[in-house]
Amino acid sequence: MSEPRGMDEIVDTLSGRAAAAREPLPKKERMKITRGAMPEQDAMARARNFAEVNLGYTEQLAIMEADRCLQCPKPYCVDGCPVSVNIPNFIRLLGEGNIKAAADSLLSDNALPCVTGRVCPQETQCEQVCLRAKTGTPVGIGNLERFVADWAINNRDAFTSTKAASSGKTVAIVGSGPAGLSAAGELTKRGHKVTIFEAFHAAGGVLIYGIPEFRLPKDIVQKEVDRLVADGVEIEPNSIIGKTYTLPELRSRFDAVFVAVGAGLPVFMNVPGENLKGVYSANEYLTRVNLMGAYNPDSDTPVLRGQRVAVVGGGNVAMDSVRTARRLGAAESVCVYRRSRTELPARAEEVHHAEQEGVRFEFLTAPVEVLGDEKGWVTGLKCVRMELGEPDASGRRRPVEIPGSEFVFPCEMVVVAIGTKSNPLLTSTSPDLKVNKWGYIEIDDNLQTSMDGVFAGGDIVRGAATVILAMGDGKKAAGNIDAYLRGELKVPEAAEAAAGS
Amino acid sequence: MHPIVSKTQLSPNVTRLVVEAPRIAEIRMPGQFVIVRRGPGGERIPLTIADVDKSAGTITLVIQAVGKTTHELTSMNVGDVITDIAGPLGNPTKVLESGHAVCVGGGVGTAVVYPIAQALAANGVKVTSIIGGRSKEWVICEEELRACGDVIVCTDDGSYGRPGFVTEALKELCEAGGVDEVYAVGPVPMMRACSELTRPYGIKTTVSLNSIMIDGTGMCGGCRVSIDGKTEYACVDGPEFDGHKVDFRQMADRLTTYREFEQAALARWTDEHPQAHS
Repeated sequence: MSEPRGMDEIVDTLSGRAAAAREPLPKKERMKITRGAMPEQDAMARARNFAEVNLGYTEQLAIMEADRCLQCPKPYCVDGCPVSVNIPNFIRLLGEGNIKAAADSLLSDNALPCVTGRVCPQETQCEQVCLRAKTGTPVGIGNLERFVADWAINNRDAFTSTKAASSGKTVAIVGSGPAGLSAAGELTKRGHKVTIFEAFHAAGGVLIYGIPEFRLPKDIVQKEVDRLVADGVEIEPNSIIGKTYTLPELRSRFDAVFVAVGAGLPVFMNVPGENLKGVYSANEYLTRVNLMGAYNPDSDTPVLRGQRVAVVGGGNVAMDSVRTARRLGAAESVCVYRRSRTELPARAEEVHHAEQEGVRFEFLTAPVEVLGDEKGWVTGLKCVRMELGEPDASGRRRPVEIPGSEFVFPCEMVVVAIGTKSNPLLTSTSPDLKVNKWGYIEIDDNLQTSMDGVFAGGDIVRGAATVILAMGDGKKAAGNIDAYLRGELKVPEAAEAAAGS
Repeated sequence: MHPIVSKTQLSPNVTRLVVEAPRIAEIRMPGQFVIVRRGPGGERIPLTIADVDKSAGTITLVIQAVGKTTHELTSMNVGDVITDIAGPLGNPTKVLESGHAVCVGGGVGTAVVYPIAQALAANGVKVTSIIGGRSKEWVICEEELRACGDVIVCTDDGSYGRPGFVTEALKELCEAGGVDEVYAVGPVPMMRACSELTRPYGIKTTVSLNSIMIDGTGMCGGCRVSIDGKTEYACVDGPEFDGHKVDFRQMADRLTTYREFEQAALARWTDEHPQAHS
């Protein structure tokens, strides 16, 4: 019994013949199974196309991976998940061959599992605390989530829409990104009528304008949105809150409001030459390629293509940009990051994939000027080498310039992916809404803002963070909005004390 | 969904479309614009709202056919539907409260200056409009502007009004004195010339910049312009700026970013639609 289970047995399990009869594997047997690698497109082929990199587990791989889960009585993975997915439960059901039940379990915890299964940084969340990581490799939780979620999306008929009895209450959600969609799902389950206001012509927020097709196919996002719409969520596109309507107007029309507009404004480097043709913010570059489909030659929206492209920054957005440039034909696509590899904030898998695809990294390098020709086109990025000094406020060692180390990277394009800041459109037209000195909305422990019945979450509260943290906020806000609508929301102690004084 | 309710050809390449957009009609202020996307696969482009009819719930878009997208829009007919119109975007015009304003419009910019002239006239400001075109058939919005005050028409070939450029007429008014503010909208070289002209007279000059945009809400940064050496966004900080502070050279240069793509796309489109491009 020292061999991993054979394929025949697994196939039997899936076809249902052996499912009922199957005994759970003893722990010792589970420990013997090694983690199944995610099948992926060949690196050199995919470096030139926009099809998804990860191909997803096959059923066989999924069942085998599910059997690696030890079903811990105290599952740390659940605590490691910002939306508290009951991970052992859906994995157990999957291992038993009951994918439908696994999907029901997963969907009851997570409104967008196809998305999180692809873009969550599992290595710092659920998989980091997986017991199996202590002695080897963690269970491929993200891969399993993706498998079950994709099965659910492709088998919509197996699910009956479970519409909750109407509460008679209405909720406006501002923004259809991960926080907004997540909240919409949760609120709809509780019987509230949800209307999402989206500034763009299509729903999904960063999931459609930011994260590239090769990491998160847009038809998957659309299917997740369709599922919410089928459950009764209404979406009003082309509605910019702060322009088309103000927040106080929405508040007067709806029983509660959830603000999840993201942190929209790009940050530039503030170096000479930044307005030359060929310099993009990552927001613009990715929006042109993803939302507007500029990677497709038939699209009406153009995007510049450089043979040599420098992407400045080290987060997931920088990885998305540098890999996109490669796919748009760049022979040299270089990530310029001012700290070292250890400090890269991007997901490990993205960095790994980027390197496989031929992306080059210039660590400890900071741009000082964008160089251009007499016609206003970019010709190069002048950089300086850095070394790591004392730790700064973020706890990371602060990069310090090495005098005299300037050099020029010749290139036709520069993409700036060094972060975003808050967009004042909504907040500047909501005089009663308190914001902090960076323009982010202030909230209490319930995610309620300074305006009664107005809640906020995601990047407009946190500053640039991750999809899953935004979704966690969406889920939490939905719970609190539900309590608020039922008149049961507990006022946080601090606010109570302040009100009483 | 925004059905087109009327369509008028204003000049050989400028078309006026009146489209349903009740919410935007209700709240729009002069100087604001919308982002328009014709339909699936279409580009998002900014267009100034030239006029509104609140009771009919319509807005007026005046479109110059220059590229594929604008050709497509101007080929649409009454009853056709524009899928997406988002707005109103940008800051409203800071309209003079009293005195004498000169509104200068070049080409399709005349349709952008018109709502400003309307707002000025509504404030009781004396309005003199100077509008121009290559020849008579290229002059637009003359009637509408006459309702706001005096109109001086200039044509390059002298076929209508006075011969010469709008700047010459503007210079005479500046010389005569009593001008409190100039609003100039048109091609970049025209706005630049007007701003250079008024500078020595110390007359405040406002221009409206039609930069390349995607979202129109500050998110992409594609519309960035240098104002007094500082980078600002035409979509959220503008679209109107002090003409004496704008780096017009950079502005004109950035507008050429996609010229190759635009020419190729238009050539493909005209091949496919020979009847539309007469």
